Amino acid sequence: MTTFNRRQLLGLGLGAAAAVSLAACGDDDKGPATTGNGGKDYTGPKVTINLWNGFTGGDGDIFKKLVDQFNTEHANIAITVATYKWEDYYAKLPGAVSSGNGPDIAVMHMDMIATFAARKVIQPVDDVASALGLSESDFAATVWKGGLYQSKRYGIPLDMHPVGMYYNKALFQKAGLDPAKPPTNRSEFEATLTALKGAGIQGFWISPFQFTGGMTGYSLVHQFGGALYNADATKATFNSDQAVEAVSWLTKLIADGHSPANVGQDADYLALKSNQNAININGIWQVNDLKKSPDVQWGVAPVPQIGTRKAVWANSHNFTIVQQKTTDANKVAGAKVFINWLSQHSLDWAAGGQVPARNAVRDDPKFKELTEVNTLAAELPDAAFPPAAPGIGDVTNLFYTAFNEAVLGKKAPKQALDDGVAKADKLLEDNRKKYGS
Amino acid sequence: MPTPVASPGSSARVMHGTSTPYLFLLPYLLIFGVFGLLPIGLGVWLSLHQWDFQLPNKPFTGLDNYTELFTPDSLVYSDWWESVRATAIFTVLSVPLLVALPLGIAMLLNRRFPGRTFFRAVYFAPYVLGVAVVGLLWRFLLDANLGFVNHLFGTHTPWLTATPWAWVSLVGVTVWWTCGFNAVIYLAGLQDIPAELYEASKMDGASAWQRFWHVTLPGLRPVLLFVITTTILASANMFGQSYLITQGAPGNETRTVVSYVVALGIGQNDAGRAAAMSVTLTLMLAVVSIANFRIFRYQEDS
Repeated sequence: MTTFNRRQLLGLGLGAAAAVSLAACGDDDKGPATTGNGGKDYTGPKVTINLWNGFTGGDGDIFKKLVDQFNTEHANIAITVATYKWEDYYAKLPGAVSSGNGPDIAVMHMDMIATFAARKVIQPVDDVASALGLSESDFAATVWKGGLYQSKRYGIPLDMHPVGMYYNKALFQKAGLDPAKPPTNRSEFEATLTALKGAGIQGFWISPFQFTGGMTGYSLVHQFGGALYNADATKATFNSDQAVEAVSWLTKLIADGHSPANVGQDADYLALKSNQNAININGIWQVNDLKKSPDVQWGVAPVPQIGTRKAVWANSHNFTIVQQKTTDANKVAGAKVFINWLSQHSLDWAAGGQVPARNAVRDDPKFKELTEVNTLAAELPDAAFPPAAPGIGDVTNLFYTAFNEAVLGKKAPKQALDDGVAKADKLLEDNRKKYGS
Repeated sequence: MPTPVASPGSSARVMHGTSTPYLFLLPYLLIFGVFGLLPIGLGVWLSLHQWDFQLPNKPFTGLDNYTELFTPDSLVYSDWWESVRATAIFTVLSVPLLVALPLGIAMLLNRRFPGRTFFRAVYFAPYVLGVAVVGLLWRFLLDANLGFVNHLFGTHTPWLTATPWAWVSLVGVTVWWTCGFNAVIYLAGLQDIPAELYEASKMDGASAWQRFWHVTLPGLRPVLLFVITTTILASANMFGQSYLITQGAPGNETRTVVSYVVALGIGQNDAGRAAAMSVTLTLMLAVVSIANFRIFRYQEDS
């Protein structure tokens, strides 16, 4: 009973086809076991490697293109790709793995790695990192540390994706604002909204849902000096004074008429595209979607600093290698070659609307040519990535529920956040018992 | 010595008498056992554990998963009862409409008029749509700020993000979507009522209302029992509509039990708790269904 679009159905079919073909050629795969050298190269018999991801947007096409290129360059490795909607993907993966129908490589968000490592769905890839000579200095520090669980490496970072501020230039002009100078701080932002209001425009639609209101709230909690959790993610802190102040600032914008109440899922973004909403804080992945709409005059800029420090919500895609019932050394070796190859080609991946995780690639002049993506890459030193703890995604959902209640006016911000934290602390304790961490 | 001589026919019947019906039932029994009874048994087994099928330790917890549903300071208590409340509200609001409205439609469609087949198809049409299509369609139509419905009426009603409007939307969409199915069942039932009964009652001077009350309704009794029972169960198991249209908002106020069970069992991999909630919901529905059958039998006796 979940939504499938055409691409996902195709992905399902592909996944099924891949499972069948894998089962069919299962015997051929068991050649002499060559010990992989961590992904430098692969010289064994031909292997078929199944990869799962959740790239259902424009990023999926670019990923497919990269895979095709890899397949033509590597005669003895064939990568097949299956794409699912992220929510379905994470629900499906463990079952597929334990029944022996899982992929060999799984793309995973940074905050899911600890959960799946604790549940033994994925296996350590320390040797890939060392063989490829990767270390913390090659990546943004938080992202690099996010791939660790119990001091073993499970994820090789591919990219980082923060939120940015998208704005409608036509509406800016209508309100007499300079479309080349989007607001950068609180006073400018509030002045912008006042000017838009003067022109009869509700300038900043605030969605009560995780995408995108929740991510905006998450960013602001960090901007006002708060955080969702304490340092070791053992206690929820999203009812701190700073967090309440951040969420209240947003709800006041609704009360002041800068946003309509009851904004529906996706309505904030659709309104931006249809010249009704002037500003939307949304993921970097929307760059590609907006590029497909030539009628919309849009711009993108770093999220303004509303609070006492800069901060934005961000997450990161990582490659992980799935724990199989029976390990096929050739497949693992081939998978590592692919991960290494794509990591080096992540500049092409940046065209999919993601910031490459490798520092060297971000410094490449060709990356600078990707104007919009490069604009948002500037935010990354201030990115607030989610902590790495097993089951943390389920706890963060409680923040989004509390945010939903506050924005919809069901509860006062403080009340909503207090209730959410009470539940979150119970869940954190429950997770500690469950995962034994 | 009057040994009864069995006729060839009856001896043959004795020979494969006792096992024959069971042999005929066996194929279904096997399927039901494997896909019905076994999962139920396993579900009860799961509910007695803290069960994440990927984790090596799945400790036996006895009835803990059940007792915490009734312990006010437990992790799941408030969410569980909020979801029970949501399911109850939806069931109570939707079942009367889904039982009464299709009956009216069926009676209209049972009359002879030009274009009857066309209208029968029209009322049944929404039912062939999948919940994903229905959900997406109405989410956009009912959007508070961009939706067509508010545009049409010139209102700003929060159809999806505030109660009671969210309930109006969920019930309305479900009635629009599924009432054609119940109407078709009623229609079949109506066609089974002998025309002579109507003729005779007319000759005796019964009014239209009396014919409905004393001929149509009693004639539909078994169909009505079926429709009420299946509609209650379907409404109590509602998931797709709230998952797609309101996403449980505001907060988790419109998140149904099944939706919560899915979130726990598949989203959080907490199969033990999810199973305990499923079993508890099943018991609740069993009580409702038994009461339903009792009421109908009572009416039959009286």
